[in-house]
Amino acid sequence: MGYRLSNEKFNKLLDGLKGEYKIYAPIRFPKRGRFSDTDLIRYGEINKVEDVVWIEKSNYSPKEIVFPITQTLFYFTEDEFKESMVHNKKILIFLRPCDINGMRRLDTIFLNNGPIKDVYYERLREKVKFVMMECKDGFENCFCVSTNSNYTQDYSIAVRFTSNEVFCELKDESFQQFFSNLGTEMNFKPEYIEENSVKVQLPEVDKITTEFFNHDMWKEYSKRCIGCGRCNMACITCSCFTNSDIAYEENPNAGERRRVWAGCHIDKFTDMAGGHSFRQDYSSRMRFKTMHKIYDYKKRFGEHMCVGCGRCDDICPEYISFSNCINKVSKTLKEDESNAQ
Amino acid sequence: MSMDLNVKAIKKNAFRITKVRGKTALRIRVPGGLIEAKHLQAVKEIAEQYGDGTVHITIRQGFEIPGIPFEKMDEVNQKIAQMIKEVEIDNGVDIDNAKKGYPASGTRNISACIGNEVCPFANYNTAKLAQRIEREVFPNDYHVKIAVTGCPNDCIKAHMQDFGIIGMADTQYERDRCVSCEACVKNCSLRVTGALIMHNGKVRKDERRCVGCGECVLTCPTAAWSRNPEKFYKLVIMGRTGKKNPRLAQPFLEWVDEETIIKVIKNTYEYIDKYIDRSLPKEHVGYIVDRTGYQVFKEYALKGVVLGPKARVAEHINFGGYLYERDGFMK
Repeated sequence: MGYRLSNEKFNKLLDGLKGEYKIYAPIRFPKRGRFSDTDLIRYGEINKVEDVVWIEKSNYSPKEIVFPITQTLFYFTEDEFKESMVHNKKILIFLRPCDINGMRRLDTIFLNNGPIKDVYYERLREKVKFVMMECKDGFENCFCVSTNSNYTQDYSIAVRFTSNEVFCELKDESFQQFFSNLGTEMNFKPEYIEENSVKVQLPEVDKITTEFFNHDMWKEYSKRCIGCGRCNMACITCSCFTNSDIAYEENPNAGERRRVWAGCHIDKFTDMAGGHSFRQDYSSRMRFKTMHKIYDYKKRFGEHMCVGCGRCDDICPEYISFSNCINKVSKTLKEDESNAQ
Repeated sequence: MSMDLNVKAIKKNAFRITKVRGKTALRIRVPGGLIEAKHLQAVKEIAEQYGDGTVHITIRQGFEIPGIPFEKMDEVNQKIAQMIKEVEIDNGVDIDNAKKGYPASGTRNISACIGNEVCPFANYNTAKLAQRIEREVFPNDYHVKIAVTGCPNDCIKAHMQDFGIIGMADTQYERDRCVSCEACVKNCSLRVTGALIMHNGKVRKDERRCVGCGECVLTCPTAAWSRNPEKFYKLVIMGRTGKKNPRLAQPFLEWVDEETIIKVIKNTYEYIDKYIDRSLPKEHVGYIVDRTGYQVFKEYALKGVVLGPKARVAEHINFGGYLYERDGFMK
């Protein structure tokens, strides 16, 4: 079922939803960007449709809603502990098909990677429903078509924003009550992007051998990458974290166990007890990330991890392009194959 | 007929007395070091038609066109009129008649680093501020040098000016967005003042050590650090070169807003008017401050200024530098 709502009516819809839901969308933080007088666009709670930034790609993904950057798991004193709480509202997220497909990768890692589910992820994730933002044209650096992430049916509502009205497709009947008496009923089906200007040739995973891990193609990244980890932080599918116990300053006998995001490009990622550390060379970090996104995840779970949102390319201060890297992998494998024959 | 020239009037008109008898040089102002490229055409034409075909790019970011015969000054002023109109008058600078050339030359061109239209480090649009200052202080005969720079890197050398304005970022930390990568802490300690330390996996800032460069924002991978959209500036004063006592400008104010900067500069012109030694052909503002002392200057400069809560004012300044007459070679 479809609806056509003026922005005003859509705001009434949001008002109705706010009672039950925390509503997240990409929003603008004016002058909070990396460079002075630039804006930051990232996920945050919205109050009205005008808050939603739908004409630009967000700098960061929506993963922080279900996988907070900093999360306290439990608090402890000398002889007892108490698990942290989460809010009691449901969560509605406005996001594009690439990110919905990215959320499935996060689900795989946190919920279906072995016998134990990550309860801290699950307790937020189970509250979530998706509002898919139609994405017909994509943005710079997007290559979702190459990763089959341009399309999804996993949403409760799909929306097309225009300057003054919103077209909605309603798939989840639990939202029907919020729409009644608001807009004009109509047939609306979202459209999907069919072609990106960036195209990626994903490698065939069974062609990748352990020798390839030492291939010369990685070498250039040892000088180009600076190990800042922006790519990890912006990525919808990077899901690494690290736990640490924090002893409170005023009374070190009380504290908390906290987990925060970690990134394979960032120092300390491989630190071990005793001071041992791997992948000191930045090219090996680039290789590790690349192989996770387009090799071992696929071997284990049947689809590639990278969804082609291109945020890593958007954010890299050194102009390292991940899509170019993937193409280099595929090309190098082909060349090596033909050389061997 | 022998040449009979009013040298003082000529100098005031931004023409200079040169070593070549009969030849002058025109100094063209470029406030903020930024103009539309089309104006280069006028510069080229004046140099080729009236000058010796060369253009000197001045340290203050203006153009100096040498080899112009004094008798061609009026024609040259006609030629530069359109640029004066567009660059100065259209910017709000109080000039009656562009066709008469520049009405003053004492207060020098306001120079600026390239600023945040281009540079990742700059904390504000330096050209825009320079153009505003130009509008507030020019035309003026008092000899004052002003430059604005986007960050404490001070690429414009604000520390060599009577007034050096340095952009400061009030960086704010969103603790929950921090992933403890320590990039900001390491960078601040390596390249700045070590104002950041790690504590329990999060960052602490020593406000007194922070120079407001904004490097932590640049290095942060998660946007845990961002700039307060409100703009802040540091004002360093009375830096100079010269044959008596070359010295770097010293911090006078920091964490002040644009209005404070403007007001202080304008107050200083009144201070100059009151204290300048009129027996001299000209006196640079720094030497006036040397005579009256910093406290008198400070009182005058801050008249009517309402400082914000973050603002800091130097209680005393030891201007330092070295005195030619007392340095090692003359003893």
